Amino acid sequence: MDITRRRLLMLLPAAAVAWKYVQAGTFEASPNYKLTDHWWAMLIDIPKCIGCGSCVRACAEENNVPEGYYRTWIERYHVSDWNFERPEVESPNGGKQGFPLNQDASGKNFFVPKLCNHCADSPCTQVCPVGATFVTPDGVVLVDKSYCLGCRYCVQACPYGCRFINPKTNTAEKCTLCYHRITKGLTTACCEVCPTGARQLADLKNPKDPIHEFLRTHTVQVLKPHMATGSKVFYDGMDGSVR
Amino acid sequence: MQIPVEGFMYPNEVELQWSILIVLYPYITGLVAGAFILASLERVFRVEAVKPTYRLALLTALSFLLVAPLPLQLHLGHPERSLEMYLTPHRSSAMAMFGFVYLWYLMAVLLLEIWLDYRRDIVVKSQTTTGVTRLIYRVLTLGSSNISERSLRIDERLGYFITLIGIPSAFLLHGYVGFIFGSVKANPWWSSPLMPIVFIFSAMVSGIAAVMLLYMLSTRLRGKEIDIRCLDKIAQYLMYTFIIDFSLEMLDLLQRIYEADESFRSLDFMVHTRLWTSQVIIQILLGTVTPIVLLGLTQVLKPTETVRKRTYALAGCLTVIGIFAMRWNVVIGGQLFSKSFLGYTTYKMGFATREGLLTAIVLMLLPFPILWILVKLLPPWPDAGSYPASGVTPEPGTS
Amino acid sequence: MASGVRRGGLNLLKDIEHLIRLAAVMAIALVAFVILRAAVVPRSFGQYGHYRGAAIAEIASRPVAFAGHNVCEGCHTDVVDQKKEGRHVVVPCEACHGAQAKHADDPVSVTPAKLDTAVVCARCHEANSAKPKTFPQVATADHSGGLACDTCHQPHRPKIEPTADTKPATERNK
Repeated sequence: MDITRRRLLMLLPAAAVAWKYVQAGTFEASPNYKLTDHWWAMLIDIPKCIGCGSCVRACAEENNVPEGYYRTWIERYHVSDWNFERPEVESPNGGKQGFPLNQDASGKNFFVPKLCNHCADSPCTQVCPVGATFVTPDGVVLVDKSYCLGCRYCVQACPYGCRFINPKTNTAEKCTLCYHRITKGLTTACCEVCPTGARQLADLKNPKDPIHEFLRTHTVQVLKPHMATGSKVFYDGMDGSVR
Repeated sequence: MQIPVEGFMYPNEVELQWSILIVLYPYITGLVAGAFILASLERVFRVEAVKPTYRLALLTALSFLLVAPLPLQLHLGHPERSLEMYLTPHRSSAMAMFGFVYLWYLMAVLLLEIWLDYRRDIVVKSQTTTGVTRLIYRVLTLGSSNISERSLRIDERLGYFITLIGIPSAFLLHGYVGFIFGSVKANPWWSSPLMPIVFIFSAMVSGIAAVMLLYMLSTRLRGKEIDIRCLDKIAQYLMYTFIIDFSLEMLDLLQRIYEADESFRSLDFMVHTRLWTSQVIIQILLGTVTPIVLLGLTQVLKPTETVRKRTYALAGCLTVIGIFAMRWNVVIGGQLFSKSFLGYTTYKMGFATREGLLTAIVLMLLPFPILWILVKLLPPWPDAGSYPASGVTPEPGTS
Repeated sequence: MASGVRRGGLNLLKDIEHLIRLAAVMAIALVAFVILRAAVVPRSFGQYGHYRGAAIAEIASRPVAFAGHNVCEGCHTDVVDQKKEGRHVVVPCEACHGAQAKHADDPVSVTPAKLDTAVVCARCHEANSAKPKTFPQVATADHSGGLACDTCHQPHRPKIEPTADTKPATERNK
């Protein structure tokens, strides 16, 4: 490959962008953040969720999530006495614009927000062939989009359906627990906008975090416990019919 | 494009992740493994009858193995990064480790065995041909023109040893693909310890059938006489392998129906509706039961040679179609249902797109011109030196 | 005798010459691979685990879109006072106003858009059987007859305080 003038002219702007990218990759924005001081989790209080969709919209805006894909979404359940194992569930556009009025007000109806569970024994990071997705030392499962091949093995391996392939980057993508926010002392976008406090970010390594008291005094569940993924999203007041 | 969904799917599940190209990949590596096992029957187990197909089976395996990475590359979001799998393989990932299994099998087993078996012919041709072909042969000799009896004996011993390692390597090659699916605990259609074994046996079935068909076709094209003893033997092995394969698949099915765990109802409904044609009709009835019955009948009734040949051809064709359907049902079927067990989606296959039907057809046909080139370079016929009935003029310098 | 053995030894080497060449080719390929690997694999790979360590910092440096209610409250103390008394005290600013980090960075040039209360309020307060029973919800068509919510409600303190006009008849002139 000859370095012709034309090629150089094409390469230079790309190099400039790349340099800016490399510079951006420094932890300058949060020099006081120590990775090993944190072990992130989330608490979701089902009885408080009103299915307004603010979290889905906020996440999409904060993280430039492409239309038709969801880093977080809300499901509405309709459980009657006789179909406990097969409830009626819907998630119109992930719950982004809220939910239409449901005709059947009988039985039990409730909302379940879902997101990446940031599993401690994550099956998705286990199967990645190159090490493009990983669990950080502070417990967040991330994707390195400049290293991902787009093989989709991780999408298949996630039991919760929280991963997708971004059609613009052709790499795997999912909830990052707003890593760029929580490392700066902010909370996640979804927790920030939740009007009822149904979603709360938690730091299990922080002794003062209210989650410790909460976990001690409430009955909580994780999704699909039989998968033994070490899920760190805890659901308070979740019905057993939730899939 | 809007994908029709029945019931509820997690929002990110609606679009299928692995397309027809990922159906092709286990199919192709299965043919490779099966063809190789057939070849090793002669070499290691000294089954003399199948000797006429030995070299053909090896070349078939090679031509398919060379095409095998292509569907994977076309499927990747970033094929230019695929070297990362060899540079920083993640040891806990079955897919990463498979990259090395593939490389091992290609380099250390298949290429080496072919080279050792053909070395005498290569050296002779490097001295008797001219032009570009001569250059190719000279490169293949690696600069050594020693074909003394002792060196050939050494080659033969080494070749035997490699075939010996090659058999478990072939099992590993395709069993690993089964493991890639079987180890995904998130997917109950895939997750099963039986998956690697089922894949291996169905691979052997498809490989043996493919070599059998290719042998019949190529012999016919060359205007030669088919060695019926060889064909009978291959058909026999096909039948035995098929019975084992069918038993394994039925065992999996029966166990699922009996245990009826939380996924069963959803999967059962899927098989009865979306997978009815591809699984029950094509894979099981036409692709497995019919060939087994046909082959069994030839063993029991012992019809005439012509009838046997026709039956083998029919059984072989049904088999290769049926095993393709099996790969389809595993890969596509595993993505049609929701992991919530509450709904189903649809596979929208493009036509002239990167992962579309046309691409799949081209990839499936690609091994044949490659095989043709290999056959021209390294003729596998027991009576090497004769030419196809299509009337191609002999190359100058060859006998 | 000795020369015969040596000749035999030399002959052996000749007879496996092709294998030696093959081994050499493979050795060269292996060395080339090792060199390639050293050159191409990113420096920070393996820093914390089997991944590119620099990715953590890259992901952490992405720009923020939502400022967070603490930032809003720093300037908009009047709204804080208003919200203090009402039930919307727990509702974060950006839940209704959307992402305002750009406004927080440059409050003068970047101003938030005016909200359409008919749309914004209905997202939470439109009646739905799946919402908790204790949560205030109305069927907006019946409740307001299509009027915008802020016709009667002040969004920062939504409860309508009873005045002389709105007091129930039984309570007047007490």
